[in-house]
Amino acid sequence: MIAAHGVSKRFGRRQVIDGLEAEVATGRITALVGPNGAGKTTFLKVLLGLVRPDAGCVAVDGHALDGSAAYRAAIGYMPQIARFPAYASGRDLLDLLRALRGGTEEPDLSLAEAFGLGDGLDRPVGVLSGGMRQKVNAVLAFAFQPRLLILDEPTAGLDPLGCRILKDRVLAERAIGTTVLITSHVLPELEELADDVLLLGDGRTTWSGSVHDLKVITGAVTLERAVAGLLADRPMTGAGR
Amino acid sequence: MTPALLPLVRPALREALRGRWLLGLMLGLMLVGELLLRFGGGGPTTLVSMLDVVLILTPLVGLVFGTLQLHHGREFTELLLAQPVRRTRLFAVLYLGAAVPLAAALAVGVLAPFAWHGNLGGAGAGRVLALAGAAVVLALVSTALAFVIALAADDRVRALGLALALWLVAAVLWDGLLLLVAMGFGNRPIEVPLLVLLGLNPIDLTRVLLLLGTDAAALLGYTGALAQRVLGDAAGRAVLGVLLTGWLVVPLVAARRAFVRKDF
Repeated sequence: MIAAHGVSKRFGRRQVIDGLEAEVATGRITALVGPNGAGKTTFLKVLLGLVRPDAGCVAVDGHALDGSAAYRAAIGYMPQIARFPAYASGRDLLDLLRALRGGTEEPDLSLAEAFGLGDGLDRPVGVLSGGMRQKVNAVLAFAFQPRLLILDEPTAGLDPLGCRILKDRVLAERAIGTTVLITSHVLPELEELADDVLLLGDGRTTWSGSVHDLKVITGAVTLERAVAGLLADRPMTGAGR
Repeated sequence: MTPALLPLVRPALREALRGRWLLGLMLGLMLVGELLLRFGGGGPTTLVSMLDVVLILTPLVGLVFGTLQLHHGREFTELLLAQPVRRTRLFAVLYLGAAVPLAAALAVGVLAPFAWHGNLGGAGAGRVLALAGAAVVLALVSTALAFVIALAADDRVRALGLALALWLVAAVLWDGLLLLVAMGFGNRPIEVPLLVLLGLNPIDLTRVLLLLGTDAAALLGYTGALAQRVLGDAAGRAVLGVLLTGWLVVPLVAARRAFVRKDF
């Protein structure tokens, strides 16, 4: 679904991504993990066309990223920080995204129903709690039949029930063949979701492969311990730079 | 503006109308207009006073709110950019969403008092409409400049500082600069430097364009008095109109280019 070759990006004097090679398999859930400053967010932004790499090539669903916008019709993106215009309601936002997408797709509101958002979609997001806003954020990402879901810390701010519902939806999406790329600082969150792991460090791929292989290699029982084991083997000298 | 943009701009319009600052701006202008009409005698001086208010206020509001709006909506803009929409199109949506509500609020705020005092029928109507038009043009120009600033300065405070500095120079210090230059030239012909300095300031351009051909030109400081002499004919007006259009088009093109190339 995603293939990145030799991708580099420099912001000022900081080399955020440095010759990144990465593959994300179609129809699987890939956990994008790594220490702070490893380049996770920048990599996601490259995939979304928000950031243009200085070098290298990226293909999403067979389309090489060249500045055109059409490939993003297949992407559902849930940003880490959901700051919406305070006066807009969830429904206004859905209308806006629908119009931006050509105005032909009816939004799928089943996630809103599962969350029990009720009239939360009709109230201005400014008056909603952080958790409710995050639910609106999720509803927007899942609303237009995505073939690729990019979820940046999706469970941040959600209550346990909300987390459960969101995870169930992610698993349901995988069951119908959707590719999911997900980041989280809370690795146990990813335990029951992730099929594959893409571990970044210093703007490169430190390790990538299936969760099963990772656990075998490191001899760890949980994803968190396995990733920690990898990090301990290869200390990230530049982490947090 | 293509018709396809309309459904996209509508939410931004609704958003702006629900924000209270636009409403406050509109009511404030109405109040000023009402006071000027009630106690200012209602003659041409009322129009000139109102023009001064518009010339000072519009660039300030346009620059400050244009800058803030683009920075404030940054995360939301990222979400919109992640949709299948070209950046040029989204730029148009963001610009119109910021500039059109401001222009509308200013136009209504300017026109309403004259309307309910019965000045919109009859001979003076053209002048009042021209005043509202000036507010609209300045709103479009200052929002475009604000977008240039906001896209050039990633730091919100720095962008706001630049916007305020630009306003201070253009709205407050410029006439003083003109006077200094004029004095410096003494008895030598000053038409060319005057025209150059005029062309460098959209506020002065608007003022002169509006006051040309009225007796009020002489009331309005050095720029107005001189411009009447130099630019009072149709050709002069055409030149001013072209320059003012340039002040809209050039910043818009620059901002659009910066937006298309930007890393978010």
